[in-house]
Amino acid sequence: MNPILETRAVTKRFSKSLDFAAKLARRMGANVSEETVHAVDGVDLAVMPGEVVGLVGESGCGKSTLGRMVAGILPPTEGSVMFEGADIAAMDRAEARKAALEIQMIFQDPFASLNPRMRVDQIIGEAPLFHGIASRAELPDYVDDIMRRTGLDPSLKRRYPHQFSGGQRQRIGIARALAVKPRFLVCDEAIAALDVSIQAQVINLFVDLREELDLTYLFISHDLSVVEHISDRVVIMYLGRVVESAPIADIFDAPNHPYTVALLNEAPRLDQRRRAFEPVKGEIPSPLDPPTGCHFHPRCPHAHARCSAERPALREIAPGRLSACHLNDG
Amino acid sequence: MTATLSVTGLHTHFFTRAGVVKAVDGVDFDVAPGEVMGLVGESGSGKSITGFSIMGLIDEPGKIVSGSIRLKGEELVGASEEAMRALRGNRVAMIFQDPMMTLNPVLRVDTQMVEAIRAHEKVSKRDALARSRDALGMVGIPAPEERLRAYPHQLSGGMRQRVAIAIAFLNEPDLIIADEPTTALDVTIQSQIIHEAQSLCKRTGTALIWITHDLAVVAGIADRIAVMYAGRIVEAGGIDAVIDTPLHPYTVGLLGSVPTSNRRGERLTQIPGMPPNVLNLPEGCTFRERCPRATAECRHEPAITEPRAGQAVRCFHPHGGGA
Repeated sequence: MNPILETRAVTKRFSKSLDFAAKLARRMGANVSEETVHAVDGVDLAVMPGEVVGLVGESGCGKSTLGRMVAGILPPTEGSVMFEGADIAAMDRAEARKAALEIQMIFQDPFASLNPRMRVDQIIGEAPLFHGIASRAELPDYVDDIMRRTGLDPSLKRRYPHQFSGGQRQRIGIARALAVKPRFLVCDEAIAALDVSIQAQVINLFVDLREELDLTYLFISHDLSVVEHISDRVVIMYLGRVVESAPIADIFDAPNHPYTVALLNEAPRLDQRRRAFEPVKGEIPSPLDPPTGCHFHPRCPHAHARCSAERPALREIAPGRLSACHLNDG
Repeated sequence: MTATLSVTGLHTHFFTRAGVVKAVDGVDFDVAPGEVMGLVGESGSGKSITGFSIMGLIDEPGKIVSGSIRLKGEELVGASEEAMRALRGNRVAMIFQDPMMTLNPVLRVDTQMVEAIRAHEKVSKRDALARSRDALGMVGIPAPEERLRAYPHQLSGGMRQRVAIAIAFLNEPDLIIADEPTTALDVTIQSQIIHEAQSLCKRTGTALIWITHDLAVVAGIADRIAVMYAGRIVEAGGIDAVIDTPLHPYTVGLLGSVPTSNRRGERLTQIPGMPPNVLNLPEGCTFRERCPRATAECRHEPAITEPRAGQAVRCFHPHGGGA
């Protein structure tokens, strides 16, 4: 089986160009240089059809940037994003538009991602009408159907987003994404802003929709327990790089990379009571100036000389399991 | 042993143009010295307003309508603003979700810490500075000497929250109220902060109220837990009792909503519907419209009962109670 979506050595750099004052200062001999953030640094990712891949990492690890590149919102600086084996950047206009429809994104903030001046039926119906998925005559029924599917009452479709609660707004965001019949959904912290009981409702909706519509998800989250619940495979990122990738059972039962181990140890869980927290030392380094070699070495309890000198490659350590750590070399 | 804090029959209402919002509507609990109590609820449940009421930080149009808040026997409801100012930062302290609520962005860390000490105690600047440095060291800040001279914007989010915690612990208060202190932080930083707060409470005997929506965090830190729903505590008890054998249908639903490893891939048990509008709460049990066990009886107000020793519940049909 071929992956539905693949990124090949995809890299995103953001640089702040020097303003006039800084250029002047440099000309006068000051030590000013352009600041470049390596948000995503050569990531290979393959997602199989029907798979749910959880993308986990702490803030600044590049998980959202990667998600945006996959969804076509940001162009990669280097590398390529392939949809069904074809490079999206090399497609002609019609193909690229088709690929763009097939990949949809659901955003974190249900308050910021909906246009407050559009009614719900306009929000959901705009794209299918434009792309000819539904004709103007079919549109009302089409919108009703999608609203029902996502657990919204179609009688509320003439309301505006501010008349809905956070959980309902997130459903509107999901309905909007589903309206163009995508096959691949990028969910960027899609439930992080919701209350616990509402989170469960939306997680269940994602699980149901996956079965009904045969969807593939890239599920981006910082919350390990949510990712563990919904995903088939987990990819862990740290400072722009993938450090480990494995099927869900393997990674939670026997994590390989020291960062994964730390992350799993520290995620609070219901079944661990009044425990003594033994936190990993140090902070997440600035992505402006990442450490040499393995990005995790300054915080790693097992670091040795090689870790600060050489970047560990992401290698297969068991069938279906990848890890980027020098310790695996024996 | 007397309780550090004893809250009885607390009602905090907001008199808005749209109507009376009963944000806190009859809350009772005690916290013992050195104890960590988790106050859990969803948004709008009144958990933060409970914290603000204790701190005396309720502003117009809000008002503590009735009830009593006693700190080591001393009544705080109706205390003068002067008395509350002397108390805040000295005997009770608060840690906010956003550390910039505590920190002044235009003052250096040392200025703010020295100020907090000298507001309550006659000590020399030099002694206050030494104490500030020790406090920063205690919360695990590397190179506290340098950090003292930094401005808040020069610190990372985790560092700022540590400084806020250090300030809260500066005068070794009797009680600290932490309102979602780790919600905005990353997992590895969150566990560092929990670790510091936990060990400081053990060492100083400070009582801690940890307000959060995250049951997993509470499970990791709290000795006791109180679950709030629509302005009331619906269940309270020891952490193991409440999480392993919950009594209230809302607690059961809330726990079922949390994904755990032993139910990987299954559907989560979800609570239907949404939290009620606080402007227009239903009569009787406020949870009855979402409750699978509700009967006609639930139109009346349920009293607090204790079906198991040390585990109180406000429900006519608690789980495991045979009813």
